[in-house]
Amino acid sequence: MKTSKKITGGLLIGITGFSVFLIIAILIFMLVMIIIGAKGEFSWKFITQFPQNGMTQGGIFPALFGTALMVIIMSVAAVPFGTITAIYLTEYAHEESIISKSIRFAVRTLAVVPSIIFGLFGLGFFIKFIGTGMDNMFNAGQLKWAQPNILWASLTMALLTLPVVIVSVEEAIKSVPREMRDASLALGATKWQTIRKVVIPGARSGILTGTILAISRGAGEVAPILFTGAAYYLAKLPTSLSDQFMSLGYHIYIMSTQSTNVDQTLPIQFATTLVLLLLTFTLNLSAILIRVRLRKK
Amino acid sequence: MKELKIETRNLSFYYGNKLALNSVSFNMYANHVTALIGPSGCGKSTFLRTLNRMNDLIPGTRVDGEILIDGLNIYDKDIDVVNLRKKIGMVFQRSNPFAKSIYDNITYGPKINGIHKKEVLDEIVESSLKKAAIWEEVKDRLDHSALGLSGGQQQRLCIARALSVNPEILLMDEPASALDPISTGKIEELIFELKKTFTIIIVTHNMQQAARVSDYTAFFYMGEMVEYGKTKKIFTTPDKKQTEEYITGRFG
Ligand SMILES: Nc1ncnc2c1ncn2[C@@H]1O[C@H](COP(=O)(O)OP(=O)(O)OP(=O)(O)O)[C@@H](O)[C@H]1O
Ligand SMILES: [Mg+2]
Repeated sequence: MKTSKKITGGLLIGITGFSVFLIIAILIFMLVMIIIGAKGEFSWKFITQFPQNGMTQGGIFPALFGTALMVIIMSVAAVPFGTITAIYLTEYAHEESIISKSIRFAVRTLAVVPSIIFGLFGLGFFIKFIGTGMDNMFNAGQLKWAQPNILWASLTMALLTLPVVIVSVEEAIKSVPREMRDASLALGATKWQTIRKVVIPGARSGILTGTILAISRGAGEVAPILFTGAAYYLAKLPTSLSDQFMSLGYHIYIMSTQSTNVDQTLPIQFATTLVLLLLTFTLNLSAILIRVRLRKK
Repeated sequence: MKELKIETRNLSFYYGNKLALNSVSFNMYANHVTALIGPSGCGKSTFLRTLNRMNDLIPGTRVDGEILIDGLNIYDKDIDVVNLRKKIGMVFQRSNPFAKSIYDNITYGPKINGIHKKEVLDEIVESSLKKAAIWEEVKDRLDHSALGLSGGQQQRLCIARALSVNPEILLMDEPASALDPISTGKIEELIFELKKTFTIIIVTHNMQQAARVSDYTAFFYMGEMVEYGKTKKIFTTPDKKQTEEYITGRFG
């Protein structure tokens, strides 16, 4: 008996250890491959310059800029909306009510929908439906909003990242102790005052974590913006919500599939990948750090 | 003449199906201290929390009977619970400062009541903290987080916070359970001071304390109010055997 238990235990530890080793090894292997592949292309200039010579040389500044702008607009949409939803779910809806159950079901479903579906939805809903409607109303039927742009891409991405925000904020709101709410209410605060002055400030780090996780997810996704706003190449940075934009993920995709010279631009592809990886890695790391600090409190 | 402030009539309270208070009726008078005593789990906190309707917040609970404050049934449909709670300060059994600075903890209530003038708020902070015997310890770090205070300091801060809104009634659930003898003494002095203007209901497990600070005492046992009367009487010649046994420490 004892020995067989020991053997199973040892076996399990062995398998776990091996898996951990494998995952870390793959990660390091990928990183090393990417760094070698970038062949010193990764530099300050690379980050701050426009692409040159049909994107076979130069930097990736517009893609970086476009990604940054897109995630900012996305956050402006997703964070307040997600926060409000999370507040509704935790503070107002009854756990067992049909509304609360269906919202939770929707959020869970949203989290597992393939990202390309979001892209198609964005195309159909934002561009074809809302965009056309806007053009008819404000633009005398002339084409302005019924085409891909950074606004529609950001909103599509906001839908994709909404579950991340909702779940993080909910968790943070739940971590605000009941006793603190009681103290506020006993002082004659209304429920809303309590939420605004005690619950939301208490959940600040959670809201921040959710935002960062959403940004790191949104920064790397390509499918949702494929039909809704990402451009192959633009000589100018986007200046209006109705402009298209370049993005890091999409840039990697076209550089490796549709470049005028795929082999020559390999270092650029690797360097772009490295930039994207560093970006998401830093974002995730800071989210983890904030969360650890939150738990300690 | 003593003025009737709070009156409970056949007050029963249920957590789901569990009866936690069984038809409790007695009076609490303005400018007097009423002590609630009884063994753990007998319903003292539950009773206290029915007085400012904090129990409303716990799902699945039910109240029967009436509580009259200044002659009005606080469980009437048209009572504004928020206004009711503004009149009633509460110090909880477990100290619960906000995750804010010491200063902001005290100004929270006044700000809710629409006080925003810095001088007025400063004044309230100082006087509330002084009353709760904690001013000297924290006056140099009012901007520090309240969560960095010791347990006893947090409890006094919570007392100060309850005083900050000048309530008519003060509900205190074991306000001195985590305090050293010196602070306890100060809190008891405070209670003497406060009862000139407030109605005070205090829960305590400390018999000497109940005897020292209160004018009236109600003894609770298993959700029932067994005996109620002048503190002197309860502590010298109680009518019920249970009361005597509890006070003399023979059970509980
Ligand atoms: N939120 C709740 N849900 C269900 N039952 C509860 C709840 N709070 C208290 N009770 C029960 O109600 C009864 C009275 O509890 P209460 O907290 O009022 O006692 P207490 O006299 O304050 O005790 P202590 O001296 O230990 O503070 C206990 O049996 C307790 O288990
Ligand atoms: Mg209690």
